[in-house]
This record gives sequence, structure tokens and C-alpha cells, in this order.
Amino acid sequence: MSDDHHDHKPTGLGRWLFSTNHKDIGTMYLWFSFIMLFIGGGMAMIIRAELYQPGMQLVDPDFFNQMTTLHGLIMVFGVIMPAFVGFANWLVPMMIGAPDMALPRMNNMSFWILPFAFGTLLSTLFMEGSAPNFGWTFYAPLSTTYGPASTDYFIFGVHLMGISSIMGSINVIVTILNMRAPGMTLMKMPIFVWTWLITAFLLIAVMPVLAGVVTMMLTDRNFGTSFFEAAGGGDPVMFQHVFWFFGHPEVYIMILPSFGIISQIIPTFARKKLFGYSSMVYATASIAILSFIVWAHHMYTVGMPLAGELFFMLATMLIAVPTGVKVFNWTATMWKGSLTFETPMLFSVAFIILFTIGGFSGLMMSITPVDFQYHDTYFIVAHFHYVLVTGALFAIFAGAYYWLPKWTGNMYDETLGKVHFWISLVSVNVLFFPMHFLGLAGMPRRIPDYALQFTDFNQMASIGAFVFGGIQLLFLYIVIKCIRGGEKATDQVWEGAEGLEFEQLPSPAPFHSFTQAPEVK
Amino acid sequence: MSTNDGYYIPEPSKWPIIASLTLFVTVFGAVNTIHGTSFGMPILMIGLISVLAMMYGWFSTVVAESPSYNGQVDVSFRMGMMWFILSEVMFFAAFFGALFYARVLVMPWLGGAGNNAMTHEVLWPTFEAVWPILTNPDNTAFVAPKEAMGAWGLPAINTLLLLTSSVTLTIAHHALRKGERAKLNLWMIVTLALGVAFLVLQVVEYMHAYDDAMGLTLASGIYGSTFFMLTGFHGFHVTIGGIMIAVMLVRCLKGHFTADNHFAFEAAAWYWHFVDVVWLGLFIFVYIL
Repeated sequence: MSDDHHDHKPTGLGRWLFSTNHKDIGTMYLWFSFIMLFIGGGMAMIIRAELYQPGMQLVDPDFFNQMTTLHGLIMVFGVIMPAFVGFANWLVPMMIGAPDMALPRMNNMSFWILPFAFGTLLSTLFMEGSAPNFGWTFYAPLSTTYGPASTDYFIFGVHLMGISSIMGSINVIVTILNMRAPGMTLMKMPIFVWTWLITAFLLIAVMPVLAGVVTMMLTDRNFGTSFFEAAGGGDPVMFQHVFWFFGHPEVYIMILPSFGIISQIIPTFARKKLFGYSSMVYATASIAILSFIVWAHHMYTVGMPLAGELFFMLATMLIAVPTGVKVFNWTATMWKGSLTFETPMLFSVAFIILFTIGGFSGLMMSITPVDFQYHDTYFIVAHFHYVLVTGALFAIFAGAYYWLPKWTGNMYDETLGKVHFWISLVSVNVLFFPMHFLGLAGMPRRIPDYALQFTDFNQMASIGAFVFGGIQLLFLYIVIKCIRGGEKATDQVWEGAEGLEFEQLPSPAPFHSFTQAPEVK
Repeated sequence: MSTNDGYYIPEPSKWPIIASLTLFVTVFGAVNTIHGTSFGMPILMIGLISVLAMMYGWFSTVVAESPSYNGQVDVSFRMGMMWFILSEVMFFAAFFGALFYARVLVMPWLGGAGNNAMTHEVLWPTFEAVWPILTNPDNTAFVAPKEAMGAWGLPAINTLLLLTSSVTLTIAHHALRKGERAKLNLWMIVTLALGVAFLVLQVVEYMHAYDDAMGLTLASGIYGSTFFMLTGFHGFHVTIGGIMIAVMLVRCLKGHFTADNHFAFEAAAWYWHFVDVVWLGLFIFVYIL
């Protein structure tokens, strides 16, 4: 097959609908994620507006529950995951010296399932009865016996997302294992590629389990089975076990690619090699393996034999070790580096500090007896927003600023980028830090109303939320401005940038990355 | 790892987005069928037929293009199929996990084990914690079966059928590699026949189970739930595998495949062995133990 044959871009709508190009598909993933960010974020604004003061102001409790449920589902499955798949699409072929993904048509199908899946999910808002209102964890019996009729749409929507994720991750694994340029051995791969290899493995292992558990829900709801019904010999707690067997690896699916992005950015702006490359790889693998044996730390209070509580507590604490290795390595990479603080680096440094705060609150909750107090309070809300917003989402921002010049050929507006960073940094902490105190003081999560003594911290959080939500419009503006023009980026983009995408490809990168395999030393 | 002799990148294709659309139509039809909407079943049927038509079209395109594929594409396909089978393994793992959890932990607890003495005493005193469960905790809401499904009747025969079909498929594969086309076709027919026989016996077994004398249904408590979901999804996968085998048979009869280039055949064979292995797990954990 001749190379120049593929050089021309397809035109019109067909370019996107029928695409077999990793960059176009990556772009669609990223825009999809961006749109979902504003939809899911809008729901968060409704939640924070209602919680601005005690009492019922804006929405009724059932709608509030629908908002918390859909906000969680959209942010997890519609924002963070597709954004990382978008990064994988754009970057993995460029980083390993390949022309494209290994299975480009399946790649396109993985993406195009998503609009249908989320269309299905969002359409439940307009259905009779109500949208799913049982929290993003859809525990039985809330989702089975008491779930609204729209739950069945939600179930099939999850099936579609699962199919999309499984196909997407098969594609990533096969690309990494089969498409590397000669000389690109596994231990020479950029850390971002490593983290995605392991993430894709996790996805293939646990998305089918999610499909299994929603299928059991479906049959419990409609065909008389009793998986989660004690009267028939089942157990609602079994739902939680199967769900969290998926759910905990899922948490790492959302954070491992961020580790990869941060591990690419820190060395560039420290102008040093990444400290402890191989320990980074082993730490990532350890985190992934451990993620399969810690699930029940999400359900300490539900009733479990003491031996179970102990096992899951100790296994969970072990995860702090490889995670600590990573934080240490990032810090050591910066140590005595010639640091500069462009926007990607700012977000990365913030990531290290704030993700570590989220990690420590996680460690606190891993202690079973202590978790009995924290469980289902705003403390857990604070925890997972620190790891997912200032963790995963900040890594996505960092990665976007870092690679946008390579993608578009134009530098983004550095001043606006810094404004975006500083306002986000301050507001996100005003938003989530008080939630720790609310939780410790006993405010439960997922409630539209609260006792008077929680008012001050809730008002702080809400103000932080409005600022943080609003400033993301600036990010949208920065991205659009960068795409439309700006100072031309050099091929290397950043002074200290290394890797095939910066060293061997022009900015913007050609439509199909490497038509001939590059030399990798 | 790739070589320097150029890459293969497929042309843009309309099939992926058609595939997404047909999947959506199918699940939309499925929900509406479940909800008893009048248009549910027709839409579900349209969805399923269009999924099949889409697969025919997509795979035909790939078959037509396959002479231009290089070794790297072949390896990608092989890896893709292997990882897909791993995901299927994990799907079954969820249901096996549910079976083990319900049987090993939930059942004794409902019977009063651990710190659950009062659960048993106050809520469901008549419940007997013996697997297979013949008295459910609430035996009016979920009517337990009168007897359990034995292992050594139809299920044992089915085990033999599936194991044999894996052997016959391997014989066919060896024949293909040696270029003995008549032998290939013969053993493919035998394999398909064994697969169909398995499915027929499975239907007979289900009819027997649903018969009033036995009363083992989806709704007869956790035993029936795990029994039918595990064997049902397995049967569904045998059906998919059977369709694959049938398509491969047709392609063999048409003279497709060469002795050293027949990935589609091998992928179908891997899938068939996979459903075979799952069945062995089922036979042991659902029927015998």
C-alpha cells in the first residue's frame, strides 16, 4: 500500500463519520469529553446552587438525586475516560513510532458508540417517572426494587459504554504490543504508553464485570431472578461486591493515564530525565494488580466478616507504597532541575500536591474503624474530588496544554493559560477543601438539605464551585483560540521535550504519524 | 514489532458508524420490548437483523481486502481476538463470582451462620441452608424448585458433545493446514452438527426444568437465577460460536482459506474452544458440585 495515497485528508462530514485516523478519532473523543464536561459540570452547578443554603430552594429532592447520579456517571464515563482515550489515540501511535492505531475501524466504532450511549443516558432526564436517582454506584435495591422505569435505559446505556471501552482498550493494547517501531523495546516506551498499556488491561478485565452486574440488575428488575434479593437467597450486598470489583480498578483506570501524562511533563520542564523510570513502570503495574484485591474498602460499613475487613484494610494500605514511589520520583525529577513553570508544568506541580492530599485522605479512609465515621459523608466526596478533579482533570488540562502545540501547530496563549491555572487552583480548593471539614463534622453526602451548622462551609464550597465552573469557559476559549491560530510552535515545542512526537515529527503532526518506521536508539 | 516494509492502514469505512447505530437500535428495541411497548419487538427485530447484516457487510469487506494485509495486520487481528476472549472470560467470571458468593457466603448466613442467628430465627425460620436450595427464604415470593438439576443425564451428554466438537474442529484445522479440503469440510460439518445437537439438548433440558414436575425457573430463587444465567449466557455464546463455525464452513465450501493463511478460521476455533472451557466450569460448578 503506497504511503502518499493516505496523505490526503478525507473531506466533509465523512472525514469524521467514517474515520480510520487516530488523530481525527482522538479529536472527536476529546471534544466529546469536553462537551460532557460542561453537561456534567452544569449538573454540579445545580447541586452546589441547591446546597448554597440549608432548606429546599431550587430543585426538589428527587431531581437533586438525579443530578448527583448523572453528574457522577457523566464525569466518570463521559469525561475522564473518553478524554484519556482521546489522549491515547493522539499520542500512542506518535510515541511508539506507528502510523496509526492497530485496528482503526474498530477505533472509530468505539468512539461512535459513545454519543448513542450518552444520548440514551441523558434521554432518561425527559422520561416519565424520573431519571436514574440512586447515585452513580446504583446500589441494589435502590436500582432494582426501587429504581424508576428509566433504569433499564441506563442499564443498556452502560452496556454500550462497556462495549466501547472494551473495544477501545483492545485497540490500545494491540497497538502498543504490535505497532512499536524497531528498537522501541518495552522498557524504552514513554511512561504515558506504559500507563495506558496497564490501564487498557484493567479495562478489559473489569468492564465485562460491570456488564455482568448491570445484566443481573436487569434480570432482577424484569425477569424474576433474585441475585440481589435476600428473600430468594440472594444478597443486596453481593451487588456491592460485584460492582466494586469493577469499581476499584475503574478508579485506577481514571488515574493511571494521568500519572503517565505527569511523568511526560515533569521531565520536560525540569530539563532532566525522569527519575526512576523502571520503578515507575513497576509501581504502575503494582497499583494495577493491587486494585483487584481491595474492592471491599468501599463497603466497610455494610457488614463483612472481621477477617475480610482486616484483609481489605491491609491490602489497601499497601497501595500507598507504589503510589508513594511515584510521588517521590516526580519530586526527585524536579530536584536540582532547571525548572520553568509554563502552564502544563503548573498544572503538573499542582497535580502532585493536590493528588497527594487526595491520596492521604484515601489512606485515612483505608483504616476500617476510622472509616466507620467517614463513610458516606462529605469527607469521601472531598477525597474523590481531590483525586479526580485536581488529579485526573488537572492532568488532562496539563496534557492538553502540553500537546496542543504539537496537535495544532500553534502555541496556546500562555498568559490566559496561567490565568486559567491560578483561578482554577484557588477555586478548586475553596470548592473541595471545606468538604473535608463538613464530612468530619458529620454531613452526609447525596442530600439536598442540611443542618444549619454546615452552612458556612457549604457556602464557601458553592462559591468555589461557581468560580471553578465558570473559569472552564476560559479554557474552552483558549483551546479554540489555539486551534484557530497563534504563534507557530517549533517541532520540538518545548526546550526540554523528548520523545518521538517532539523529536521526529513536525508541528502540527502529519495526518498519519509515521509512514515509515523511525529509528529508535 | 513492526518492520520497515511499510504499514497497512485501512480505508475509511461506513461500517463502524453503521455498527454503532445498529447496536443502538437493538438496545432501544430491547428496552421497549421489556417495557411492553407495542413497537418494542419490531424495533428489536430490526436491530438484530441489521446487526447481522452489518456484520456480514463489514466482514465481507475485510475478507475482500485480506489479500492486501501484511503480517503485522495478521498479528493485530490475532492479539485483538485473544484480548476479546479474555474480556468474555471476565464476563463469565462475574456470574461465577455471584454463584460462589451466594453459595459459599450468603446461603450459610441466611441459615443463621456467623452473627446472623436472628436473621434466620426471626425473618426466615423455615429456610434450610442446603445447596441446591429447595426452600427459599421467602418461598411464596420465590417458589423454589422441587428438585435440582442432575449432572449425569443430559448435561453429561452435552459435555461429551462439546468436548468431541473441540476435537473434531481440531481435526478439521489440521486438515486445512495439510490442504485436505474434503476432510476439512467433512469435519467442519461434524463440528457444526455437534454444536447444534448441544443447543437442542440444552433446549430440551430447559423445557424439562420449566416443567411443573421440576419447577426450576429463572424466578425460583438464587439457584435458578445462577443456573439459568450461567447456562443461558453459555448457550448464547455457543450460538454465536456456532454461527462463526457455520460461516467458516460456508467459506471452506467456497474454497476460502489457504494452508497457511486462515486467521478467521483460527479465531472461530479459539472462540469455540473458549465456550468449551466455560462449559467445563459450568459442568463442575453448576451441575456436579
